[in-house]
Amino acid sequence: MIQLLKSREAILAAAILVLIGLISTRYSDFAAPSNLINVFNDTSILIMLALGQMVVIVSRCIDLSVASNLALTGMVVATLNMMAPGVPVPVLLLIAVAFGAMLGAINGVLVWKLDLPPIVVTLGTLTIFRGLIFLISNGEWINAHEMTAGFKAFPRYDVFGLSLLSWLAIATIAAFFVLVTRTPLGRAFFAVGGNPHAAVYTGIDVGYTRCLAFIISGAVAGLCGYLWVARYAVAYVDIAGGFELEVVAACVIGGISIAGGIGSVGGAVLGALFLGIVKNALPVVDISPFWQLAISGAAIIIAVAFNARSERKKGRIILKQAERLA
Amino acid sequence: MSDQVLAGDPRAPDRNIPDRLTSPFQRHLRSWETLLLAVAVGIFIINALSSPYFLDPWNLSDATFNFTEKAMIAFAMALLIISGEIDLSVASIIALTSTAMGYLAQSGFGVPELVAAGLMVGMLCGAFNGFLVTGLGLPSIVATIGTMSLFRGISYIVLGDQAFRGYPAGFSFFGQGYVWWVFTFEFVLFAVLAIAYGILLHKTDFGRAVYAIGNNPLAARFSGVRVGRVKFILFLLTGLMAGIAAICLTSRLGSTRPSIAFGWELEIVTMVVLGGVSILGGSGTIPGVVIAAFVMGMVTFGFGLINVPGIVMSIFIGILLISVIALPRLWSNFRTRGKVV
Amino acid sequence: MLADTSSAQVQDRGASARSTLRPLLSLRGVSKTFPGVKALSEVALDLYPGQVTALVGENGAGKSTIVKILTGIYQPDGGAISIDGEPVHFHDAHAASAAGVTAIHQETVLFDDLPVGENIFIGHEPRTRFGLIDRKKLRSQARALLQRVGADIDPDVRLRDLGIANKHMVAIARALSIEARVVIMDEPTAALSHKEITELYELVERLKADGKAILFISHKFDEIFRIADRYTVFRDGELVSDGLITDVSEDELVRMMVGRPVGQIFPKREVPLGEEILSVAGYCHPTEFEDIGFRLRQGEILGFYGLVGAGRSEFMQSLFGITRPSKGAIRIAGEVRVIRSPAEAIESGIVYVPEDRGKQGAVIGLPIFQNVTLPSLRRTSRRGFLQLAEEFKLTRDYTSRLDLRAASLDQDIGNLSGGNQQKVVIAKWLATQPRVIILDEPTKGIDIGSKAAVHEFMTELAARGLAVIMVSSELPEIMGMSDRVIVMRDGRIAGEFERSGISAEVLVRAAAGLGAGA
Repeated sequence: MIQLLKSREAILAAAILVLIGLISTRYSDFAAPSNLINVFNDTSILIMLALGQMVVIVSRCIDLSVASNLALTGMVVATLNMMAPGVPVPVLLLIAVAFGAMLGAINGVLVWKLDLPPIVVTLGTLTIFRGLIFLISNGEWINAHEMTAGFKAFPRYDVFGLSLLSWLAIATIAAFFVLVTRTPLGRAFFAVGGNPHAAVYTGIDVGYTRCLAFIISGAVAGLCGYLWVARYAVAYVDIAGGFELEVVAACVIGGISIAGGIGSVGGAVLGALFLGIVKNALPVVDISPFWQLAISGAAIIIAVAFNARSERKKGRIILKQAERLA
Repeated sequence: MSDQVLAGDPRAPDRNIPDRLTSPFQRHLRSWETLLLAVAVGIFIINALSSPYFLDPWNLSDATFNFTEKAMIAFAMALLIISGEIDLSVASIIALTSTAMGYLAQSGFGVPELVAAGLMVGMLCGAFNGFLVTGLGLPSIVATIGTMSLFRGISYIVLGDQAFRGYPAGFSFFGQGYVWWVFTFEFVLFAVLAIAYGILLHKTDFGRAVYAIGNNPLAARFSGVRVGRVKFILFLLTGLMAGIAAICLTSRLGSTRPSIAFGWELEIVTMVVLGGVSILGGSGTIPGVVIAAFVMGMVTFGFGLINVPGIVMSIFIGILLISVIALPRLWSNFRTRGKVV
Repeated sequence: MLADTSSAQVQDRGASARSTLRPLLSLRGVSKTFPGVKALSEVALDLYPGQVTALVGENGAGKSTIVKILTGIYQPDGGAISIDGEPVHFHDAHAASAAGVTAIHQETVLFDDLPVGENIFIGHEPRTRFGLIDRKKLRSQARALLQRVGADIDPDVRLRDLGIANKHMVAIARALSIEARVVIMDEPTAALSHKEITELYELVERLKADGKAILFISHKFDEIFRIADRYTVFRDGELVSDGLITDVSEDELVRMMVGRPVGQIFPKREVPLGEEILSVAGYCHPTEFEDIGFRLRQGEILGFYGLVGAGRSEFMQSLFGITRPSKGAIRIAGEVRVIRSPAEAIESGIVYVPEDRGKQGAVIGLPIFQNVTLPSLRRTSRRGFLQLAEEFKLTRDYTSRLDLRAASLDQDIGNLSGGNQQKVVIAKWLATQPRVIILDEPTKGIDIGSKAAVHEFMTELAARGLAVIMVSSELPEIMGMSDRVIVMRDGRIAGEFERSGISAEVLVRAAAGLGAGA
């Protein structure tokens, strides 16, 4: 399996390289380091959200509320910044993570304690969170001039040639790598998604583990909420509308099985990068950006079809066994 | 000779098992639909008390527009979800269908061609989904997230930030016309489709197969149910319904933008689940979905009358969605408290 | 009620260590009630270090409930569990495994998509100083444990890629890794081949030598007498008897299990064979079976014997249209038929009662009558529209003869007991008026009483002119019921025997590929 996963990621990585190569034939500066850094920076939020979504999907759940969580948390910190400009950015950052985690916990507790289907719960909270933004903001926008300079500058702050946003994405990737491969909790996500029944027998609390997955996904969404609002210097009801599906798409393209138990950090990152590259490449190669949606749709279908093919080679091979014995 | 094997052996020990213990009427009384109906009546009364304009027949007639189109799709979606699948691409099918009709209208085609194209494109999209799920064996939730992007994506490629306008004059009937008194064409169509789907699901072999597949697809297949074919037909029907909804919606709006019906898929799934269809498949009824459509429509309308914005209404719908599923479980948790099952 | 083994110990014939021996784990007065069912009432159970205690009982006797209580999945309503005399409470699975109790299940419940090493250590992974999983240590410890159980398995390989026997080894390695003191084995040999079973027995001996207390659940008496030191019999959720295995005979055990004497007599009746109804020639599948051919006559019972994994079920499912053969032909009553789906098989008069009742047989969630009529809707309905009265009539016709016990015909089949579910499934197939009925392991996992009923019923079907194909891995059943036996091995026919030429030795040799003669 490890080999297979690796090869699956290798194929995706190769596809991305080919894509970059193709784009370079039309626009030679695309592969330039400075441009790639831009692309990465542009994709950072998607990468982080995809990682949060990954642990949820691996535990055989789905979190459709991430984009609404992001928007709500973004509005909350923007409002806070507007009302109390004195609160330093690191505190806002903590508040964003905690608030997002709390929203995630609502999903998690409903899934854990009441055993509700995750898709229904997060479909519900998706609309509820969106509605709450309206209640907080009265439908008003919070514009750039209402935010403090520090609030807006944080994600753009340059450290060793990369923005803080990019560094945060890199840190998130590293954190998830350790979480998924080196901690019992990380392995528990896979156990719970791969075989919930067996997980119970091995002493893993399935509901609790899933709840933690939702909290992690929520915390990441909260962090991204601040980053999004600060980066685009605007907060309103509809920001990141429909973005949850792009996040799920990144996971699916990254080979994370919607049936749970299969997935990797590398896959989620590559899946997000693929979408990010397509998005950034379209304008420079003179294709209308309106193509983006259709391309990512086609990519999802191809990726799922490909995963399904490689999953299918299961059935018992009785005759081969016979030949080996003979 | 085997025809008579063991059938109705008169010497069999007479252990009479009754057909039913409870009459259908008793069963209905205790059902989800009854509870939902009570909610609907409650909302109706609250609405009537809080706004003097609510009980006006023309206002009520107008109010039906905010659920009829979604409900048409919800009927087919209910069958699909009962069978254990889902189609998240329905709103995108509307966009693509509407775009196709807009394109033909620009090229000067008349109403019959537009309608035919609408039905055709809807069915083709449904067939494509059906192929992905039953032909290639992809999980429907991800396959239709893919086609959701793809179908609307094609709309964006064709239209960009433009819009199609200028539909032929007769075309407005589907979304704006009245059949009799206050009854709109859309509402009548909704009622006809509700009856048709009710019969299909509850009174035919096909409906029985849908339930069997939803409860145990493997055993259904072992029992001779053509699982792939049934599911394909369900995707096809869902696509067709999206096509019909697209005709109505396009006709009502009189224009097509690629963002048309954005986010409807979630509202439609909400309507289906609110109607008592299990998201895990296997159970649910058409009457439930019909009542859920009215509940959602009346909530929207009632909130609109007292000037509550639509987005706040969505909080209510979201809470309703979660609580209708959570309450029965809370109740059973409460009753079996202390016991681990 | 608590026999407490004292009388047995007095006359201990020295199978094991002595009267000073204290139970490692004991249960006293444990009860468990589910809505409407009393699963256990005040049972007692003692497990001794270095000994194997066989737990025997019919289905529904409460065996799986006790396993779930011992592993912390269920909480008992009353009673006490103690380890080394100290009372313990297993409020969840984690507490049970922390106390050193672990279970190995019939179909190993571990994680197919995780590597073997992680499967062994999940939940208690070796850590580094920083609290992270120490992967190097995990791998080396996993390798050591696998060696200890005598399995040559790479810890990095995915569990999915192992056979059932090796999966058991991984489960046992896991038991060793948590330093389990009590190992519960729930029908561990049910899906193993002969050789694998022998290896498992050796491993059990090793666990005994290590001083583990072992609870061994099995339906196979030869096995119980071979490896168990003690026995405990449950019936209908109550403790019937326990003691040393040397103090009982097989007959006594059976009597205690069912509460009445049962002869292993098969109700085989000689039936005049009718016309040839089915002939299969040259059936092939790219990976599962090759060149299967046979003829079947009305009134005949054709047994298919072989080891698990010999390709019998795979072939039967292909005959029923679940999978498609790559080559081969079927004639039904002399007429060539092509079967590409179960629907076509049913139309042709072939039905298949699958082995896995829960997954493939019953549609849990649908009422009894809808289960029965599902494959026959075309007959009960009028132009695609359901006729409920017809459906109830058909259901009543076929279930009444099978002595179904249910509250009403529109009750959910999921609320019935396993035996009654099986009756509904059989009624479902008979209602299609088949000409050939294939029964795949028809008595697997059902109690002795129901077994006899199924055998009786098969005989009756044959007497009424149905052709019966019975797939079974139980030699007595195959020998007792079949007119003719085909033995399969590795996807091919390894031999065909008339009733007169059947002996246990011949069949086992053919199935194991040992050739004829000593």
